[in-house]
Amino acid sequence: MSRITEEQVKHVAHLARLSFEDEEIATLTTQLGDIIGFAEELNGLDTEGIEPTTHVLDLVNVLRDDVVRASLPREEALKNAPEQEEGQVLVPQIME
Amino acid sequence: MALFDEGLVELKKKLHNKEIKSSELIDESFKRIQEVDDQVKAFLTLNEEAAREAAKAIDEAVEGDSSLLLGMPIGIKDNIVTKGLRTTCSSQFLDNFIPLHNATALEKIYTAKGIMIGKLNMDEFAMGSSTENSSYQKTRNPWDLDRVPGGSSGGSAASVAAGEVLFSLGSDTGGSIRQPASFCGVVGMKPTYGRVSRFGLVAFASSLDQIGPLTRTVEDNAYLLEAISGHDGYDSTSADVDVPNYASHLTGDIKGLKVAVPKEYFAEGVNADVKAKIQDAIKQLESLGAVCEEVSLPHTKYAVPAYYIIASSEASANLARFDGVRYGVRAESNDLIEMYKKSRNEGFGDEVKRRIMLGTFALSSGYYDAYYKKAQQVRTLIKQDFEKVFEEYDVIVGPTTPTTAFKIGEKVDDPLTMYANDILTIPVNLAGVPAISLPCGLSDGLPVGLQIIGKPFDEGTIYRTAHAYEQATNLGLKPALKGVNA
Repeated sequence: MSRITEEQVKHVAHLARLSFEDEEIATLTTQLGDIIGFAEELNGLDTEGIEPTTHVLDLVNVLRDDVVRASLPREEALKNAPEQEEGQVLVPQIME
Repeated sequence: MALFDEGLVELKKKLHNKEIKSSELIDESFKRIQEVDDQVKAFLTLNEEAAREAAKAIDEAVEGDSSLLLGMPIGIKDNIVTKGLRTTCSSQFLDNFIPLHNATALEKIYTAKGIMIGKLNMDEFAMGSSTENSSYQKTRNPWDLDRVPGGSSGGSAASVAAGEVLFSLGSDTGGSIRQPASFCGVVGMKPTYGRVSRFGLVAFASSLDQIGPLTRTVEDNAYLLEAISGHDGYDSTSADVDVPNYASHLTGDIKGLKVAVPKEYFAEGVNADVKAKIQDAIKQLESLGAVCEEVSLPHTKYAVPAYYIIASSEASANLARFDGVRYGVRAESNDLIEMYKKSRNEGFGDEVKRRIMLGTFALSSGYYDAYYKKAQQVRTLIKQDFEKVFEEYDVIVGPTTPTTAFKIGEKVDDPLTMYANDILTIPVNLAGVPAISLPCGLSDGLPVGLQIIGKPFDEGTIYRTAHAYEQATNLGLKPALKGVNA
């Protein structure tokens, strides 16, 4: 049995803000199933009580003084924006 | 003899003696690119005008200027942002993206008076091991144009091997500097996590990514790493640790050096001739006075699955920023969510989508503990493997890759086979330790890479070992550029 269903793949695609054709969903279901199966090799290892490593350096929060500094001018910041209006980025309407 | 057959120290001496000019070095770069890049396909974007101007300015005031990289031509991987110069990460999503600032590593190169020649091809968003996942072009291995240069920093390795630049910068998340360096017969260093600022490196997996140098010689590598290293207020994960003068470590003396040889790095799946070349290199280290002993890194076989869960999970979060709002591709739609989805579908290639999907799945409700947390616990065990060995040994040596460069198209359709190729480089990223790959001979005419792994922030001992080996063997490998008339 596959480790992941087509329905799950569609749900994950929505979470990831991706969408696929039906044919691609079928291929992805197989491929992800294989990769997840491969990842399940980790289950052969007893990790009871082992602390997870999120980061290799012994860092704590890095803080700095809150100092006002020059920032990018608005025109600069908008240079790469695909759509803009009146000095702001433009997106499709989100409220009625 | 070609200009770039000489190293940084010799070239700088000639600059100061007025035997050559920086402009000639830059001319040599662009001439060579013109001659061979339509076959090697390492470069995506050239910085010709600005590079020539910079060289001219250096030539006018060369006297008494002791800057570390004075007038030297350098290629930059296309996931390192360059102010005013297109930066695509080899993705259609960023086809028209012009950064507003420079990465810190590039700023440091400019401070050291290095000259940026252009931007180098890579696997899209650094996801891949062959540079075949570039949405623009397939870079080819200068040793055999039918073969891949490795990846993801394939353009960075191929450009140095082909003599298009003196050196280059790449990035390494699971082997993306060392594996292409190995395949192309050049020297590539993945520094300790935190050694080089990641500010301006387009993030793939933030807890694993590091920028590092690719060069022809160990000495050049040591100088380039010194130039780009150091704490940076713009990267809270850059370490506040002194940057040594690495070149001063290149003593040629490794008498009494304690070298660990992990048996897992010679397991099934590692090509017999690759193993033989590495065994020869180990004998060479012994003849130089090093003490080599077999050790075990028992969790090695779990590194690849743990890595693909962790790296893909981090990638799924990092690549959420590509939404079509502030930069990059923007698809037409009246609905915001639809606009995101369509933009991302148009902009991303298959491997990138696959990894975002895997990462989103591993982080999703109900699966987090089983996959993501489990992988992080395995990461702890892998890190402890290294810590234990480094209690008794100075460096760990083994092959960089299980095989030499494979053929273009050979593995691209099978993600799992492609992933398995990174088994010997991935543990280093998970543990955060530094490692170099340097050439140690040819197998059927293709370069084999020797990997030397060191303790955290001890790149100096890696360089000392690599340099002693390089000087003793004096391989001086140069690709034939089969099929290229140069």
